[in-house]
Amino acid sequence: MFFSPYISKPDSVSQIMLKVLLALIPGIALYVWYFGPAILVSITLASLTALGAEALMLKLRNRPVMPFLKDNSALLTAWLLALSIPPLAPWWLVVAGTAFSIAIAKHLYGGLGNNLFNPAMTGYAALIISFPVQMTRWVAPHGLEQGGLVMAELSFAEQLQYIFLAALPQGITLDAITMATPLDTLKTRLHLDESISQILDMPIYGQIAGHGSEMVAWGFLIGGLYLLASRIISWHIPAAYLATLFAIAGIFHLVDPAHYIAPLFHWFSGAAMLGAFFILTDPVSSPTTNMGRLIYAAGAGLITYLIRAFGGFPDGMAFATLLMNICVPLIVLYTQPPVFGKKDGAFGKKDGVFGKKDKLK
Amino acid sequence: MRTLYKFHGGIHPPGNKAQSTQLAIAHAPLPSKLAVPFHQHAGETAKPVVQIGDHVLKGQLIGMPDGFISSAVHAPTSGTISSIDMQHIAHPSGLPNLCATLIPDGREEWIERKPVDYREHSPADLQQLLRMAGVVGLGGAAFPSDIKLRIGKQKIKTLILNGAECEPYITCDDMLMRERAAEIVHGAEMLRYMLDAGEVLIGIEDNKPEAIAAMQQAIADCNNFEVVTIPAIYPGGSAKQLIRTLTGLEVPSGKLPTDIGVQCFNVATAYSVYRALAHGEPLLSRIVTVTGNVRKALNYETLIGTPVDELVALSEALPDTNGYIMGGPMMGMPLHAMNAPGPAVHVPVVKAANCIIAASDRLFPPPPPALPCIRCTRCAEVCPADLQPQDLYWFAQAREFGKAQAFSLFDCIECGACSYVCPSHIPLVQYYRFAKSEIHAREREKQAADSARERHEFHLYRIEREKQEKAEKLAARERAAQAAKSTVEHSDD
Repeated sequence: MFFSPYISKPDSVSQIMLKVLLALIPGIALYVWYFGPAILVSITLASLTALGAEALMLKLRNRPVMPFLKDNSALLTAWLLALSIPPLAPWWLVVAGTAFSIAIAKHLYGGLGNNLFNPAMTGYAALIISFPVQMTRWVAPHGLEQGGLVMAELSFAEQLQYIFLAALPQGITLDAITMATPLDTLKTRLHLDESISQILDMPIYGQIAGHGSEMVAWGFLIGGLYLLASRIISWHIPAAYLATLFAIAGIFHLVDPAHYIAPLFHWFSGAAMLGAFFILTDPVSSPTTNMGRLIYAAGAGLITYLIRAFGGFPDGMAFATLLMNICVPLIVLYTQPPVFGKKDGAFGKKDGVFGKKDKLK
Repeated sequence: MRTLYKFHGGIHPPGNKAQSTQLAIAHAPLPSKLAVPFHQHAGETAKPVVQIGDHVLKGQLIGMPDGFISSAVHAPTSGTISSIDMQHIAHPSGLPNLCATLIPDGREEWIERKPVDYREHSPADLQQLLRMAGVVGLGGAAFPSDIKLRIGKQKIKTLILNGAECEPYITCDDMLMRERAAEIVHGAEMLRYMLDAGEVLIGIEDNKPEAIAAMQQAIADCNNFEVVTIPAIYPGGSAKQLIRTLTGLEVPSGKLPTDIGVQCFNVATAYSVYRALAHGEPLLSRIVTVTGNVRKALNYETLIGTPVDELVALSEALPDTNGYIMGGPMMGMPLHAMNAPGPAVHVPVVKAANCIIAASDRLFPPPPPALPCIRCTRCAEVCPADLQPQDLYWFAQAREFGKAQAFSLFDCIECGACSYVCPSHIPLVQYYRFAKSEIHAREREKQAADSARERHEFHLYRIEREKQEKAEKLAARERAAQAAKSTVEHSDD
């Protein structure tokens, strides 16, 4: 190749993806601290499945395998999906979900850069619809008391045994080690006519939101701030998402504080932080214009809240993402910024196709 | 302190300008032969007015401007015209162009030069002088300067001298401003007179402190002149972006700067205007930066028509040189395929040639294979025309040219900032060039079809008309015959 420009910034897709993976590490570290090392097993399983599925699909599509395997995008999908699945999920759940994400949501749409929907969230949606029971059995945080007793915990070996062989140690039932998420518990208890303050007294709640999980959300927030600082993502999506979630939750909370929980709880629960910085910001499936990003993220914030407060699922991140993914082409079309010298936008006034040339002849 | 305005985007590539600014401008020696193209400017090719075997003097007209947008071409030195034929020149099409080959006699014998005092002539006369002196824009576009001075009834408030020189490696304007600031300013005064402009702003990027100081000194006695230091950002020297930076105005899409009361000339153009009017010297030479993979990077005052390889030889290209770029690393033109063996093709230095860069894999490593676009919009962030390059790329590769046009493809200035930042290493500008040329080709085809149809319709109309005329003539003759008959009959009475 020899045409201008002859110089370029030493930057690559694989470096960008690698930085996003690195930004996930604070959250993952806190995850391990509070919920044990099982999540590392899920991440490893998902990563291997993703690379395998990516290689297979590239081969089937007659595309070069190595350049794409090295772009780290499949790994990122794998990590995001693994972080959305309960850490003690059986191995086949992780494998099936990841394979679905890569093969169906990514490659059937044309591979890297062409997927309309966020692959990790598509995989998550497929799993939660197909395997709702396994998808809602979350492991309790380290040292949690329930009914005055510290909850049973599995050793790492026992966790591995459960993940791969579905075998639990003698005398321990699944209910003894798993629980519903703080968001799920809140919803169920509210249905039982308990008030917010009663529910928040439960030991599974911490300072702001769920005990342990709120700290993981802090980890993702820190990673997200790193992404902002290194200019891998722009502020528009996380800011609009979190602001919308906060505003709507705040309005409901102000009107009826006994039944609608404070907005900060929503920020630090479920996948809100992970979604705001890592999922909604997926460049391929999100809008390309800044105005579009604000609309997209605000829409996702609204849907997340509606699903959490009034929907059938405990969290709304995945469906919010997918529903807003559908709107992206339309949003982009209607939010084109004005072009230099065309104050009224890309479709505004035009002075002949060849501009200057027409003028001079 | 003047308020400066930001334009959207821009990049900060490594400047690489220090290499070629260590020494003063050198004079390139007279080459063994010169090839002077008749088409060195935007517009129509000049018409040759010399014959093979003619002896010409330095500065003698050899190509007459032909058409409204055209410019004159002169013999850069005295000597003999040995041939007038098609030769390779630096042009994106790679097509050969009509050139006069001149064998110098080494005497540098001038024609009679006629300096004029510009204040005693009308702007229209001066424009004609510039046209006949072959003065064109030396910033790279080589647009005939006299056309840019024909502004009709428009009122020009601001004349801008472009000394930004934002592209890496190129330093010819920098060195010219350092060494010949007074002449540039005289040229600017002439341009201001011809445009009847108010203020003169000289925009220079802040990475040229010596040039800024020299120009400031040169304008000390001038009224309403200002040297404005602007931040170094690429493409801050692109005319529309520079106008925006200095005045806050955006030239409307498809319009000219004069439509908003601004006109913009390169500093080197102002210098040649001065030489042409005050000394009667047509544009015979220009400053060319020779840099990149060479032993001594330098600026040369070079005669138009000098073979590029003879010029590069003065700076001694290093052995691993594998190609040459005419212009800068962002928008320059390749002089022959990279990695092809042998020296640079024998193309001549033309009026638009501001810089020759010797390339090597070390300086310009071949980019890794392109990956698909991930819509990261880094390109949109740096686009100085506020375009959405990722969408234009999508439309271009899908051959959806109508959509590309609707998304303002023709507002793209091909600065290359998008390609520079693309993490997928997609040659974006190349896609836009492709789309533009396809659209132009279709437009031409449509025009050809239209005029063919018109010709055909006229042909049918003419046949019809001739038929009618014939019929009318016949009828008239018959009537005449009848009338004659009846007269005869009557006379029989």
